[in-house]
Amino acid sequence: MLLWSAAARSTAWTVLGLLLLLVYGVPLGLILLASLTGQWNGVLPSHMTLSHLAGTLRAEPAAQLRASVLTGLAASLAALAFGTWAALALRRVRGGARRWLELVFFLPSALPSISVGLGLLVAFSRPPLLLNGTVWIVLAAHFVMVSAFAYGMVAAGLAQLPAELEQIAESLGAGPLYRLRRITLPLLAPQLLAAFSLGFALSMGELGATVMVYPPSWVTLPVGIFGLSDRGAVFDAAALTVLLAAGTVAVLAGAARLQRLAGGK
Amino acid sequence: MSAARLVWLPPLAISAVLVLYPLALVLATPLAAPGGFAVLGSSLFLGALVRTVWIALCSTAGCLVLGFTLAVLIGFVPFRGAALAARLVDSIIALPTFLVALAFTFVYGAAGLLNGTLLALSEAGPHALPPVDFLYSQWGVVLAEVTVYTPFVLRPLLAAFAQLEPAQIEIAGSLGARPWRIVRRIVLPAALPALLAGGSLCLLLTVNEFGIVFFIGAKGVITLPLLVYDKAIQEFDYPAACAIAGVNLALSLALFATYRALLRIGTRGSGGRG
Repeated sequence: MLLWSAAARSTAWTVLGLLLLLVYGVPLGLILLASLTGQWNGVLPSHMTLSHLAGTLRAEPAAQLRASVLTGLAASLAALAFGTWAALALRRVRGGARRWLELVFFLPSALPSISVGLGLLVAFSRPPLLLNGTVWIVLAAHFVMVSAFAYGMVAAGLAQLPAELEQIAESLGAGPLYRLRRITLPLLAPQLLAAFSLGFALSMGELGATVMVYPPSWVTLPVGIFGLSDRGAVFDAAALTVLLAAGTVAVLAGAARLQRLAGGK
Repeated sequence: MSAARLVWLPPLAISAVLVLYPLALVLATPLAAPGGFAVLGSSLFLGALVRTVWIALCSTAGCLVLGFTLAVLIGFVPFRGAALAARLVDSIIALPTFLVALAFTFVYGAAGLLNGTLLALSEAGPHALPPVDFLYSQWGVVLAEVTVYTPFVLRPLLAAFAQLEPAQIEIAGSLGARPWRIVRRIVLPAALPALLAGGSLCLLLTVNEFGIVFFIGAKGVITLPLLVYDKAIQEFDYPAACAIAGVNLALSLALFATYRALLRIGTRGSGGRG
């Protein structure tokens, strides 16, 4: 406790409340309000409507939502498999090789999303692998953007597991696959779930790498939202953004709840 | 046994194809094109470079000040719901960054809450109040980035404060130390590793930020990632885009190395988890 007098404490709370309201409450509240706005010329909207939210069900945004969800699922599952494999494999590697491999697996988290997209665009618009113009280049971009986070979360979870568990199982005669399936992976379950849900959330909101590589046949929700906002359809853009944010928060909250139910934390 | 020792090869192969090979091509493309690096001498590029660094520095300073203020208030003036408030701010990390940029349209935009209020006051009062259009300057980008990236400072700070011995502050307080003095002499030194690590992470993320700048779409506010996009997607000038991306990458990797080094120092200093 830093402040002893009741007056000083309530001043501090007021300051905190105002800061949080101004920095986070007002923008989040207003984008929600905008998604319900019919017309906004004065201080606040002059009339409200559900048509923008209903409009998110139209064919075009629905197809974008579908593309985003499918991309998010595929990219985050692939990143989860990659990250788990990489983290498990690195347990056996020591010294300089380990540091270099860690660096490679972490590298994408330091890269500008635009450069990731540009790199894929340049690399896969030429033989031997022609992926430009296909869904695969979007999947590759999303995979790269979330893979480092998946690796990092699984590696952090693995570092907290007691090493003796596996050694005891080994001394009792359990083979490597059996140990992995019956001991390590179940103990890692909370981190695997968290890595998957964060990867999905990040992929759903990915914009920079996607705008560099997406084909017209695979427009993700953030790209669609930018198109609306750019055309001046800001209330439609707000409605889709609210939908995207609500979906993301729901997935993360659901995963956190599942973790608690499973007795993780 | 030899197969088991090479178990790290498949993920490395995937990284090589999807990360390292594309990066190598980005660096090599301007080398192959005649005059491929010419764009790096243009005032357009130099302006974008200076603006990117300036926006990143201002945003990071803002994140550090706001993050530290919030962390001290949440961490040391306990109230019910503090954990919830911290969790809400934290959830911003998982949301797309352009959400805040779009939301700012309705707060500070041409027809938003602020300008609507100013207009209403102008019509009601004797003085005409000019509309505020800072959103479409670099300060709009800075404010949006502060909003989005403050959680990256707040999170490590709250973790550092949780490890601080509460008795230290209680005793200092009971010996008559003023709150300011306690913050300066006890809280700030304890927060320093987290501030350095969080600050360098913010620098990295703000140098690379694209969504916010793209969505605000202010005419004069062109950063390196936006310039790469313009060159590649609008002008199909891949050598120029790759040359600019190379500079952006070098900047990011230097900041990433700084972040990792500060993180190591921080964890070693606190004697906590390695």
